[in-house]
Amino acid sequence: MKYKTQKIALAYFAVAMGLFAIQVLGGLLAGFIYISPNFLSELMPFNTVRMLHTNALVVWLLLGFFGAAYYLIPEEAERAIHSPAIAYAQLALLVVGTLGAVITYTFNLFEGNFFLGLQGREFLEQPLWVKLGIVVAVLMFLYNVTMTALQGKKTAISNVLILGIWGLAIFFLFAFYVPANLALDKMYWWYVIHLWVEGVWELIMAAILAFLMLKLTGVDREVVEKWVYVIVALALFSGVLGTGHHYYWIGTPKYWTWIGSIFSALEVVPFFVMVLFSFSMVWKGGRDHPNKAAMLWALGTAVMAFFGAGVWGFMHTLSSVNYYSHGTQVTAAHGHLAFFGAYVSINLAIITYAMPYLLKREPYNQVLNMISFWVMNSSMAFMTIVLTFAGAIQTHLQRVNGDAYMDVQAQLHLFYVMRFGAGAVFVIGCLMFIYATFVPRKELISKASPAPAE
Amino acid sequence: MHTKSAARNIFYGGSAFFILIFFGLTIHSHYYIVNVSTDKKGLTQAVIHGKKLWEDKSCVNCHTILGEGAYFAPELGNVWVRYGGKDDPEGARETFKTWMKSQPTGVEGRRQMPQFNFTEKELDDLADFFKWVSTIDTNGWPPNDAG
Repeated sequence: MKYKTQKIALAYFAVAMGLFAIQVLGGLLAGFIYISPNFLSELMPFNTVRMLHTNALVVWLLLGFFGAAYYLIPEEAERAIHSPAIAYAQLALLVVGTLGAVITYTFNLFEGNFFLGLQGREFLEQPLWVKLGIVVAVLMFLYNVTMTALQGKKTAISNVLILGIWGLAIFFLFAFYVPANLALDKMYWWYVIHLWVEGVWELIMAAILAFLMLKLTGVDREVVEKWVYVIVALALFSGVLGTGHHYYWIGTPKYWTWIGSIFSALEVVPFFVMVLFSFSMVWKGGRDHPNKAAMLWALGTAVMAFFGAGVWGFMHTLSSVNYYSHGTQVTAAHGHLAFFGAYVSINLAIITYAMPYLLKREPYNQVLNMISFWVMNSSMAFMTIVLTFAGAIQTHLQRVNGDAYMDVQAQLHLFYVMRFGAGAVFVIGCLMFIYATFVPRKELISKASPAPAE
Repeated sequence: MHTKSAARNIFYGGSAFFILIFFGLTIHSHYYIVNVSTDKKGLTQAVIHGKKLWEDKSCVNCHTILGEGAYFAPELGNVWVRYGGKDDPEGARETFKTWMKSQPTGVEGRRQMPQFNFTEKELDDLADFFKWVSTIDTNGWPPNDAG
């Protein structure tokens, strides 16, 4: 850690990890309700549990991105963060908003109130006041890091990272537009959802991955930065018009079936290039960085994002396939592996890399961290495969044969039991990671380990 | 290095190009939705209120509507059609209202829907919303009435 203000990241990462734990426990509860549907059905219905699961995910990923930016931008710009006070105020605002949303969802307070009540559009359920708080917080962030970057050295990594978060802020504004026409509502809803996760978030991911490669492998900055621009170009060239794969069946014109199929099929390319990028950097790089766990997560995120976002996305993105698979467990399978592989893993990678510096210690508990990597990755892979089978059966019974939804669900019970098991293992992996990252231990394990990176 | 600035320029130029095309197509799609694929005249105050109730109760976090939402409960974009609303609108409305009033079933091992205590007027508005949604031109999705 070269600059004192990088320490801001520690507070962001800590809150993010707390929400990560809440997110996976919420997921475990939702998975349990699938196999034991009467559980808590009056006290805390499934929809509330799911809101907590998805919203906690999005908020902690954002906190991780902000933390990553506060950590890496000073090193890139060679300048301390413009205003630590603003950074901490921003975090406080986000925490207040998160608590407000959680309480509002759990007790369904102020139902129907335009300002205080929840707004029941998927993932954008936050009450209006929380949404406004998010905008203010992101603007505080953008002011802070843009000032830092402008006054310091301008690198491609900080450039792309800040551009990604500017895009995130701009597209979030569509969350405030709620047309009465459901088809219009859906079209603009995807401006937030798709253009975040299959657009500007990829910029953020590429920038963080590039930073990690630069530090871990010691490859020349010029080489890394050229790759970054290639990756983000491919991401936006495919991803922007790739939005069309959500415009097949919601009342939008038929030409989207062509545009969406072609461009979203290409969305696999930037993820494949991220795999090529990270592995070739490791092969070329001469540096033997002591933080093997960070390297493992960095390579892991490239691979799992390729499978989750790339391959599993491609699997059901062509309109002729999607006609049958749309809105089945196939989507759930893809959603889980894509979010974990791309955005959860890139966050865990930068946290694994930065924490030893933030806490001023050697990379302790590397072995435990690496075990948590394999536990989380294998359980998530298992969950994805189970849900994919469930989705394939559901697609056939319900969409081809025309069997009633609930009858089909009853036949999927075994898969939901296995999904719950995978979820339970994942929770253990998550807790292992948090322990390994935050609780320092006396012994130094890293130097003794033979360091297999993959 | 020369190639880095070339890569950067291609990124900025190309992205701007695709975003402009996307915005253009969005504008066209907006007019298409308003004037062609959805029922403009049928978008009454009741339908709008029904949509608001749909959001207030966070229905989308169990059900899907036009295939989007949670996958815990049945698709509702075509619930009106599934209840036979095309041939017998009054029958479908009554079936729907009775269903809503009888929740939760409390049946052991079956997924539970909460009791929302809607008034008659609210139930009618919600039914109007589902009826309106069922008329959206969705390129023939879902493949069958099971949704």
